[in-house]
Amino acid sequence: MVLMVAALILAPAVGAQVFETTPKSEAVPVGNAQNGKRIFTAYGCYQCHGYEGQGAAAAGPRIALPSLALPEFAAYVRQPAGQMPPYTKKVVADSEMADIYAFLQSRPKPPLAKDIPLLND
Amino acid sequence: MPESEKLSVDRRNFLRMAATGAAALVTSAQEGRAEKSGSPGPETPPEMPKDVEILTTDRPGSDFMVDVLKSLGLEYICSNPGSSFRGLHESVVNYGGNKNPEFITCCHEESSVAMAHGYAKIEGKPLGVFAHGTVGLQHAAMAIYNAFCDRVPVYLILGNTLDAEMRRPGAEWYHSVQDAAAMVRDYVKWDDTPISLPHFAESAMRAYKIAMTPPMLPVVLVADSELQERPIPEGVRLRIPKLVLAAPPQGDSGAVAEAARLLVAAENPVLIADRVARTPAGMKYLVELAEALQAPVIDEGGRMNFPTRHPLNHSDRRGALITSADLILGLELGDFWGAVNSMRDQLHRTWRPITKQGVKLISITAADLYTRSNYQDFQRFPEVDLAIAADAEATLPSLIEAVKRLINADRKRAFQDRGTKLAAARQQSMERTRTEATYGWDAGPVSTARLAAEVWPHIKDKDWSLVSGTLSGWPRRLWIFDKHYQHIGGSGGVGVGYGSPAAVGAALANRKYGRLSVNFQNDGDLMYAPGVLWTAAHHRVPLLNIMFNNRAYHQEVMHLQRMSSRHNRGITTAYIGTTIEDPNIDYAKLAQSMGWHAEGPITDPKDLAPAIRRSVELVLRGEPALIDVVTQPR
Repeated sequence: MVLMVAALILAPAVGAQVFETTPKSEAVPVGNAQNGKRIFTAYGCYQCHGYEGQGAAAAGPRIALPSLALPEFAAYVRQPAGQMPPYTKKVVADSEMADIYAFLQSRPKPPLAKDIPLLND
Repeated sequence: MPESEKLSVDRRNFLRMAATGAAALVTSAQEGRAEKSGSPGPETPPEMPKDVEILTTDRPGSDFMVDVLKSLGLEYICSNPGSSFRGLHESVVNYGGNKNPEFITCCHEESSVAMAHGYAKIEGKPLGVFAHGTVGLQHAAMAIYNAFCDRVPVYLILGNTLDAEMRRPGAEWYHSVQDAAAMVRDYVKWDDTPISLPHFAESAMRAYKIAMTPPMLPVVLVADSELQERPIPEGVRLRIPKLVLAAPPQGDSGAVAEAARLLVAAENPVLIADRVARTPAGMKYLVELAEALQAPVIDEGGRMNFPTRHPLNHSDRRGALITSADLILGLELGDFWGAVNSMRDQLHRTWRPITKQGVKLISITAADLYTRSNYQDFQRFPEVDLAIAADAEATLPSLIEAVKRLINADRKRAFQDRGTKLAAARQQSMERTRTEATYGWDAGPVSTARLAAEVWPHIKDKDWSLVSGTLSGWPRRLWIFDKHYQHIGGSGGVGVGYGSPAAVGAALANRKYGRLSVNFQNDGDLMYAPGVLWTAAHHRVPLLNIMFNNRAYHQEVMHLQRMSSRHNRGITTAYIGTTIEDPNIDYAKLAQSMGWHAEGPITDPKDLAPAIRRSVELVLRGEPALIDVVTQPR
């Protein structure tokens, strides 16, 4: 009944520090984006990051389009430094991690804020 | 006769005496009302044969109680009707003319109190709540706790029948209790059980004064049914004591001077405001202090503390500001420790300070004047350098004056430079916010950023008030808030079920000002007591309810997911026991069934604008309207 918001509030700040690092050029997604979309929802990633990976201020940072290379992305998910729950290989296989990554990479680039009148009101 | 027994007997007799013969003065208010309403005055009743039972009275004790309540300026009584206060109910309606206070029919006592909570945050004063001392108070308890944690005055009057001899068999026994207020005494500021009408009047004044003295908190008064229903004898004069509210406590002058010295000397001061602005003056003072210092403000949102587009509003930059601050001033900060420390919710909980070494921490809070033991709303102990036990809003004028006295030409130049940098950082932060809003812009379910952005053009030129619902913080990040009543903060105790009734209560307060009340309504919250929709329709409370319908108790979805991943199992089952699907609730039909205009469910953001336009038009005409929007989880 009682919500526990406070513990999650720092997640965006902590996560953002990690995900905003420079991607490595050798990172090449090899996953299946379609399966990635399915398990992004089934495995609960959407809960904190939104169905499009857009992030939410009081839950989890934006992860689409990913700014980390797949190895760093996977390493963080396995052993997060901040508030994010850890997802070990017991529950998310490496191939599934690649699929999730591919899904996030496949997200369309959003329109520019300056081109959206509602955001310039 | 032993003294205790004598007292017991005397008490029973006294209750009767009080109702039937206690000497006091008739108030001028009571006399005036009797004249206006044409009620019979204290004239001699016709002679009755001795063997005829007198079955009626023109002057029940509850009439006097209503005079007392009128003298407090209570506009409304929110209540689900109950036999233990039937006398009071009838007197409000017939003797009091159902005006000031007007009886507002509620479908649940939790709704009654939460409506009072929302109302007080707009109006700055309580309305009344009637409830059974037993079955009503138990329903109301969660909402009372929310108001307690949120430092909001609520004025509860409980019906009870103390005298066992007077209780009818059956329900009246179930509805009676030795000490009605006991179950909520941990989270109300004061309570009393008056045993005479003069006692009721005095305690009513005292309760109001205590509730309205910062820290403002709920109070409870028990109105015994015998006191309510027994006649006031002809010729008896009852008196209502004069009420003068206490001036709010200001900070010690020496401590305020020291705080000013530290603030002016600091290179990177940060002001964190939580439940500061009790009145419109609170925001004005905070702006004045921030501008004098050119110091950034983090508005925690407990009240409408600081204009959202002010160049010194840096609520979106809290991480960067707190880690670099050399001084942090917490103003009515509910959780100072949490603001300057980080705790990880992992298998082994760890915490660390996020401030730099040597940072000075100053707190000004009325919470230091009143702390209870059992419920842990006081949060972890903050290790501050200067603690001023006082109401922050009342202390700000003297702090501003002390700060201004200390600002010399050198500091003024330094402050101007700081202000220039902060304004640029604020602008960059706003650009980042807009960019963040673009992600998922066209998604269905609708993104919370898109929903906030879609509503804004329909209300921005109106006199609007966001009466509940944070929508993941997007309205305060995208909209221009610059008036005291445009944001009323959260529930306090973070107990689900506050949002919907608080919104109706706040909208009730806004109605007489002609304001457009807007609420982003969480789906799980509405389902606690959806009958408040009927209350809004029945009492013609104009309100735009926009569902933030993520079809879940979503915070709990995330918690269950955290447990599953921590335990390396079942990461696909977090929906069990946490989601509100299968079947999906049709909130539009729910609202329509209770007299609302309602549309939805809407999943495509392109459908939002026409629905919002139609609904705003209706609300401006005085009707409640609901739009069911299926949204992203957060």
